[in-house]
Amino acid sequence: MMAAEAPSDEAGLAAQIAAARAAREPLLIAGNASKAPMLRPVQAARTLSTRNLAGITLHSPAELVLSARAGTTLSEIEEALAAHGQHLIAEPPDLHVLLGTESAATLGGTVAANLSGPRRIAGGAIRDHVLGMRAVNGEGTAIRSGGRVLKNVTGLDLCKLIAGSFGTLAVMTEITLKVLPAPERTGTVAIAGLDAAAGVAALAAALGSPYAVSAAAYLPDGAAEALPGLAGLAVHPGVALARIEEFAPSVAYRSERLAAALGRFGAARVIEDAESRPLWRTIRDALPLAAGLAESDAVWRISVPPSQGPRLAAAAAAVGGRWFLDWGGGLVWISAPADEARHRSITEAASAAGGVWTLLRAPASLRPGLTALPPLSPTLERLTRRVKAAFDPAGILNPGRMYAGI
Amino acid sequence: MIALPEPKAAVVARREAILADLARLVGPDALVSEPHCLRAYETDGLAVYRQPPLAVVLPSTTEEVAALLRYCKAEGIRVVPRGAGTSLSGGALPLADAVVIGLMRMNRILAIDYADRVASVQAGVTNLGITGAVSTQGFFYAPDPSSQLACMIGGNIAMNSGGAHCLKYGVTANNVLGLTIVTIEGEIIRLGGTHLDAAGYDWLGILTGSEGQLAIVTEVTVRILRSAEGSRAMLAAFRSNEVAGACVAAIIGSGIIPVALEFMDRPAIHACEAFAHAGYPLDAEAMLIIEVEGSPAEQEDLMSRLGEIVGRFDPLGLKIATTAEESAAIWKGRKGAFGAIGRISPDYLCMDGVIPTSQLSSVLHRIGEMSRSFGLAVANIFHAGDGNLHPLILFDANDPESMAKAEKFGAEILKLCVAVGGCLTGEHGVGVEKRELMGVQFSAADLEQQRRVKSVFDPDWLLNPSKVFPLGATPPVIHAA
Repeated sequence: MMAAEAPSDEAGLAAQIAAARAAREPLLIAGNASKAPMLRPVQAARTLSTRNLAGITLHSPAELVLSARAGTTLSEIEEALAAHGQHLIAEPPDLHVLLGTESAATLGGTVAANLSGPRRIAGGAIRDHVLGMRAVNGEGTAIRSGGRVLKNVTGLDLCKLIAGSFGTLAVMTEITLKVLPAPERTGTVAIAGLDAAAGVAALAAALGSPYAVSAAAYLPDGAAEALPGLAGLAVHPGVALARIEEFAPSVAYRSERLAAALGRFGAARVIEDAESRPLWRTIRDALPLAAGLAESDAVWRISVPPSQGPRLAAAAAAVGGRWFLDWGGGLVWISAPADEARHRSITEAASAAGGVWTLLRAPASLRPGLTALPPLSPTLERLTRRVKAAFDPAGILNPGRMYAGI
Repeated sequence: MIALPEPKAAVVARREAILADLARLVGPDALVSEPHCLRAYETDGLAVYRQPPLAVVLPSTTEEVAALLRYCKAEGIRVVPRGAGTSLSGGALPLADAVVIGLMRMNRILAIDYADRVASVQAGVTNLGITGAVSTQGFFYAPDPSSQLACMIGGNIAMNSGGAHCLKYGVTANNVLGLTIVTIEGEIIRLGGTHLDAAGYDWLGILTGSEGQLAIVTEVTVRILRSAEGSRAMLAAFRSNEVAGACVAAIIGSGIIPVALEFMDRPAIHACEAFAHAGYPLDAEAMLIIEVEGSPAEQEDLMSRLGEIVGRFDPLGLKIATTAEESAAIWKGRKGAFGAIGRISPDYLCMDGVIPTSQLSSVLHRIGEMSRSFGLAVANIFHAGDGNLHPLILFDANDPESMAKAEKFGAEILKLCVAVGGCLTGEHGVGVEKRELMGVQFSAADLEQQRRVKSVFDPDWLLNPSKVFPLGATPPVIHAA
């Protein structure tokens, strides 16, 4: 049984880290461990969890800010925001179904993984909305960066480095986010019967239109099965989806104009609010891949230039993988039976397309031997090691989680 | 006045040899060394500080920048990067023993891709130059600092520049996808690309806003956005700052995020009106400029929602533009604000603190009290949606006493911003100006962690020295495995 500590305040967490540092004992950093299968496994005898650092500490709707302790669940935050007609701008996904975990995602874990959903293409990544944070570095020292105001360029923005660092630089204890009013209405323009190339071209036209498309995905017919809003539509070979989020009159106007502007790609259906919302939740959480996923499968999440999405789709299909595209083609979700040859061909295709990839899950037997992120150039490896040493000189925080030996 | 560090005597003594080496690295036509020519580089947008550098070099390629940095690192020479020199915080202020590396010759647009909605440019392209290159296709580059006609994208990266429209479209950091940087070792690194999320540590995020402390940026890839169908402005005048502030909160609370939401107080209204004759209400204590986007019908819908909200706050006046010309007229005074202040005062300091928007009226009240006690007038212009205050302190730089009072007044305003939960700078950067105030906002541990990150990139602290961090601390040493 792995020893687990879950202090209930920042001082307690700092004491745990200071003790581990003194003993040179590595720590597995977690919230509720809902993303434990992501990236590489950590060799550590002890786990340090932020799950008891919970609760919203500030929500000022008129100032568009919310602060919460790192262990607060995303669902608690989303509920509190919804009560005031607001939402998380980055639309972060809940990947527990895809990852085969049961626990609820925390704010700290989501920021540590810099996970953003469909709205990322219009509203930015969750790291863009981190206004400030408190964290404890690998020496057990509490540090603060940023603040609670919407604009802040005072000093080096350590929040950016810590967000997306998977707990390898510091353990976040409290995070302040910019939030926004939730849209009054959403609507989705769907064009079915397109192959991936035509689908992504349609999405590029949608995103290049003046109608402020807030999400743009392409799903091949296999992945589009059981999606809300598509009943009775001849999807094959695939469907392009573009979302509008505005006040009700604008959604009606923009959906109609967008459907007309995309007329050269095919007839469009407008999916109304009641089906548009669950449709995008399904895409956000990568449920089209999660359905039918086997224990022996691997899942990759790949960020590429949007026009390269179809190329990655072809690479996935070539190794018998399943896939779909978000972010106008720029986010490629792939699942396939896990083995080193498939891992190599998919990641090489991602690199050749000018993109980067993340290994989201793989069978436990393979994980230690697979690279989870693109390998670093010698120069970037040197900088990565130096940044790690600047925060965590003893290398005790989540060692090896992102890169072997770092 | 803020102190500058003692020049390294050994470097200054070797000036002739260094000039010869620099000329060899970039060619004599890219070297500026004559004293009268160096005067053009002795200051930036914070013109109260002046110091000619040892030399200025104007490289044309990333490889030349790499060669220069490798040389300066080997010789222990300090380096000050410079774009257009529009910094309002002294971010490009030279030192007597420093070589200024000016990026203005690197002014080419490298690639534009409308399908992927990105533009790649060299660091010396102006902010407005990017929009100019893509506007024929209906696209634009979103961050819009007031200096956008002159300021360069490399400097925008350094300062994480904002602008009047960043409430909706985000600041520079939210719009950058890729960078080519040169480290002090002379290594060229390409970060990110034309995709949205980069892998590994967030190098783009830590470099953007790092004020030239970590590396020199030579190429930038930014997102470009399709422009909305149209935009329209509204002007609303109020009886007090309190009421105008409450109206801002009500607008945000209604679910409307205007593309711009600008606040001006009475002195700012009067100065701008006298200068621009924009038809601003001289009887008002405060006014808001509110801009919305969309089709004509959508603008109409938003204007009627906004008109209803403003109506609840007993406005002294409400003017909704019906044409592009009327919108331009509403903006005319605001856009000419700095010129307007320059007309009524020999000099002014433009502060850049940020406050929680709920603190607006109490902070303006306190600034008014300080203005009376220092005996210096102040006009407040402010991005109301995001709490970014721009108090303009009027003074006379030829009068040392007036100058000293203005600096003290500015520092007091910034301390007040921090005390109410805000920060020292929202978009101008710390530079040399706010360096010694960093301890007001950050603890010793916070600052030490930032210093360590500086040392990660620049172990000898040669890049843009004497900026951002308070003087006097020893550079931390990083021991990486």
